[in-house]
Parts: sequence; structure tokens; C-alpha cells
Amino acid sequence: MWNELLSSPLFGAGLTLGVYALAQKTYQRTGRIFFNPVALSIASIIVILLLGRIPYETYMEGGKYVLFLLGPSVVALAVPLYSRRREIMQRKLPILAGIFASSVSSIVSACGLAWLLGGSPPVVLSLAPKSVTTPIAISIAEKIGGIPPLTAALVVLTGCLGAICGPEFCRLIGIRNSLPMGLAVGASAHGIGTARMLEENRMAGVISGLAFGLNGLITAFLLSLIVSIFG
Amino acid sequence: MVRGFALLLFFQFLGETISRGLKIPIPGNVIGMGLLLASLVAGLIRAEWVEDASELLLSHLALFFVPAGVGVMIYFELIGREWLPIVGATFISTFVVMAVTGWVAERLDFKEESSDVE
Repeated sequence: MWNELLSSPLFGAGLTLGVYALAQKTYQRTGRIFFNPVALSIASIIVILLLGRIPYETYMEGGKYVLFLLGPSVVALAVPLYSRRREIMQRKLPILAGIFASSVSSIVSACGLAWLLGGSPPVVLSLAPKSVTTPIAISIAEKIGGIPPLTAALVVLTGCLGAICGPEFCRLIGIRNSLPMGLAVGASAHGIGTARMLEENRMAGVISGLAFGLNGLITAFLLSLIVSIFG
Repeated sequence: MVRGFALLLFFQFLGETISRGLKIPIPGNVIGMGLLLASLVAGLIRAEWVEDASELLLSHLALFFVPAGVGVMIYFELIGREWLPIVGATFISTFVVMAVTGWVAERLDFKEESSDVE
């Protein structure tokens, strides 16, 4: 009976929502940035699954319904972009230049560092799209010969890192305005960073959302170009 | 609200059809976002039809990443074996990208910030 219940969607979906609600509460109560709700939820669920010896596949019987909502959420980003279209059009030069810089610097720094530190080719290739939002990153990794689920995990790790310390890091290096900060966090930490920026201020959040959409497009294009030349 | 969700799913479906049909490496949901934006600009879709649904989804955006993140547990062994290139590159590169992007955008952004205070 137990196994049957665990592999019904109730378990994975219920666990995800329940843990996330608790993580959000913890984050609000403590106000500590390293209690980022996404990072805290992922860590807690992994601990629960490992302790209960529950395989990831069993968890995903329910988890997949939560993951499904990521798709329409990406489509939904069109709405805040539309309502901010005038401000965005007025500042298209810094936006496009910033996103292009992020895409190139991400591919070069992630692959270059992994290669220098002795990573195997599939690992190096899995890192190439790590600053791109999960659904895009997975299809890129597949196309260029990386390991898609490893890419997905690294994408989320990158996102958590950017969400936990992105705004603080930006202020530290002298980036204070909402446009460059939103671009920096959105282009490096995609949707998870965007969720944090939406809490900081609306404009930074919208720019962050734009950055992660466009960054995905540009990185997908650049990497498929590189692969078609060298592949 | 239901109309909004139906429209979001419709545009995602349209995006998936284009992405798979034309074998474009860009995922369907991103194409869907572009198509919805174009339809809003062209006036085919009114913003208030999709506002509620999109607001609801975007205010919980972070939650939807949790299941994919839990997937890291399958790769503990591989990450353990190649932890230095994986963790090193991920950490350093994240900060490099933020600094490069932020600096480039800040140098080129001449417009006064007026929307910071809300």
C-alpha cells in the first residue's frame, strides 16, 4: 500500500508544495538570503527522499505536474514585457549589449574553467548552457552532446546561487541601478534569479525576465552555430 | 482566469508545434512567449485577458523549478567524481557573468533611473 501511495502523484506534488510553503515561511521569518526558498526546498526534498530511500522517479510521478507549470510561466512573461514595452524600447542598446555579453561570457567562462580544471568532455559541454533557463538548457545540452539532466541540475544550482547573492554581489561591485542589476541577475541566474528580482523591485524583475528569455535565445543560437562549425 | 490559462497553453502549444515542426533549437515555450508578445502588440489579444493567469504563475515562478533541481540527486556520483570542474566552473562563472553583464549594461545605459522607487 505504501509503495502504491508513494508512486501516486499525490506524494511528489504534495511534498513539493508543502516543503516549498515551509521554506517560504522560513525565508520570510528569518529574512536570511541563504534560506532562499528554492534552494532550501530542493535540499530538504533531497534529504527526505534519501532518508526514506525513495527514488527520484517515484518523486517525479507528482513532481512532473509542478514542473509542467514552468512551460506556461515562460509564455506568461510576455505580459509584463508588454506592459513595460516603452521603457524597454527606450533602453534597447544596453539591454541587447548586456545580454549578448552575458551569453558569450557564460559559454566561455563555464566551458573554459571546467576544461582548465580537468572536466571530461560531456561535463564541459553540459556546463555550456548553465546560465540558460531549464527548458532551453536541456534542449541545448541534448543538441551539443552534454548530459541533459546534469545540465538541468547545474542550471538550478546557478539559479540558486544568483538568487541568493546576486543583488548583494552587484551592489558590492558598484552596480546599483535596476536595469543593469536586473540584466545581470536575469542573464546569469535565469528564472530563479528573476523570482528574487521581482521581490526586489518590479522594473528589475521585468528586465530580469526579459534577460533570461533573450539570453536563452541568443545562447541557443550561438551554441548551435559553434556546434555546426566545429561539430 | 480560465481564459488566461487557456490562452497561455494555446500559445505554448503553438510554440511547441513550430519548434518541433521546423526543428528549431529554441524551445516551444520561448517561441510561445514571443508569439504572445507579438499578439499583444498587434492587438489580437488584450492584456486583461491574460493578466490574472500570468500574474498568478509568475508570482510562484520559483516553485516550478524545485522538481528539476531535486534531479541533482541522480548525479551525486558524477558530481562527486568531477566535483572540482563542475562546482568550480559553476560558481566562478556565475559571478563572472553577473559582473560582465552588469558592467556592460551600466556603461551603455544613459537614461536616468526614474522607475526605481515604486
